[in-house]
Amino acid sequence: MGDTGLLRTPLYDLHVERGAKMVPFAGYDMPVQYPLGVLKEHLHTRARAGLFDVSHMGQVRLRGSSIDAVIQALEALVPGDIAALAPGRIRYTMFTNDEGGILDDLMVTRFEDHLYVVINAGCKTEDLAHLKAGLPADVTIDYLGDDAGLLALQGPEAASVMARLLPEAATMGFMSARAATIDGIPVQISRSGYTGEDGYEISVGAADASTLARLLLAQDGVEAIGLGARDSLRLEAGLCLYGHDIDTTTNPVEAALTWTISKRRKTDGGFPGAAVVQAQLASGPTRRRVGILPEGKAPAREHTEIQDLSGNRIGEITSGGFGPTAGGPVAMGYVDAGSAAVGTPVQLIVRGKALPAKVAAMPFAPHRYFKG
Amino acid sequence: MTIRFTKDHEWIKLDGGVATVGITDYAQNALGDVVFVEVPDAGKVLEQGKDAAVVESVKAASEIYAPVDGTVLEGNAALGDDPSLVNTAPEGDGWFFKMSIKDMAQFEALMDEAAYKSFTEGL
Repeated sequence: MGDTGLLRTPLYDLHVERGAKMVPFAGYDMPVQYPLGVLKEHLHTRARAGLFDVSHMGQVRLRGSSIDAVIQALEALVPGDIAALAPGRIRYTMFTNDEGGILDDLMVTRFEDHLYVVINAGCKTEDLAHLKAGLPADVTIDYLGDDAGLLALQGPEAASVMARLLPEAATMGFMSARAATIDGIPVQISRSGYTGEDGYEISVGAADASTLARLLLAQDGVEAIGLGARDSLRLEAGLCLYGHDIDTTTNPVEAALTWTISKRRKTDGGFPGAAVVQAQLASGPTRRRVGILPEGKAPAREHTEIQDLSGNRIGEITSGGFGPTAGGPVAMGYVDAGSAAVGTPVQLIVRGKALPAKVAAMPFAPHRYFKG
Repeated sequence: MTIRFTKDHEWIKLDGGVATVGITDYAQNALGDVVFVEVPDAGKVLEQGKDAAVVESVKAASEIYAPVDGTVLEGNAALGDDPSLVNTAPEGDGWFFKMSIKDMAQFEALMDEAAYKSFTEGL
């Protein structure tokens, strides 16, 4: 921890060395941008490869008497189909509360003998308490804390960059993970990310994190990318940011995340708030998360009111800004179910003026995940 | 031609009775890549310290305040097509609007170049 009272990731010195603009984020002193700037960092990631420090996120290993027991225990807290995961496969899911509200979203990887979970930085304390309260006593919760760093390498050149250092990375399937060694450094590598691009997320011991980051940054085509571009990249990809697009007041059906719930979990339930989710699946939600494309050039930011063409309030923007790849403003938000069809004209109230916009399909920049 | 600066990092340049307003290099640097600018229409009456224009970076929107009381003569239409002029030429082609000044005493009371320089050095 530095003088600011903020936590530092193992890459703090590297960020400062590279001239990053550091800002407080979820209790950490994090790089929002480097001298390249948000716009160019965003475009570079879509064109070549970007390296992100996401060590502020929480990494947890869950172990128990058997992997099946751990899977069963976690399924009691999430609607995701964890039992269907083959070893080395990853799934995106969420912790729900008894009302079906979303406590956090997370990635779950099933390994042979344990589950590895990545949770949001801002939710770590609550999530760990939630796991402790919700899992049986014989499931151990191993929070990696400051012992581990997490890097993300994202972009169309991520695979070729990684293949130079770890040839087997090239053929890894999307949403799969394995243990590996890069230049003598033990890592756990996943083919996953938060940009809509192909790429990897690499868990590495804190002591090795800086060495690995420097090795990756030394590769042709790789630039360090800050949290600013991380946000605009995920927005264009249509991916939710916890605390903005999803929270305890939104459920997975309204949030258009039903694709994360398998038929078995929809039918059998067995997760907090299952009755609410099942009822909404049956009758349809009253509101829905949708993409919003302003027709002009003015960005519509979070909390911008969405109206129908008669001026009735039908919802609110939850994430909005400028999409460098889209070349204009992009947003997502919730609207009444009756106005959720793609193409529905709406108006956005920006600084007192009604600006024309349309409900739009997401993503705003096509996903380019590895398909094998 | 005389130039003055505000604590909110606007500059105002007076040339033959017409004042041109923009943001300083310090401000554009702090904002980062500008992606949208909303300039006021001609005829809009401005009040010192109140909203006059909006500048948006990828991340956030910021208000630009009127450095003095007066009336807008012209908004910089070029910023509609190329808002990045604010980054590349903040004190040149990236100007926001031209205005008439109601009270010259307000203009004179703003910081001159040397005062603004020492103001930003203290930030």
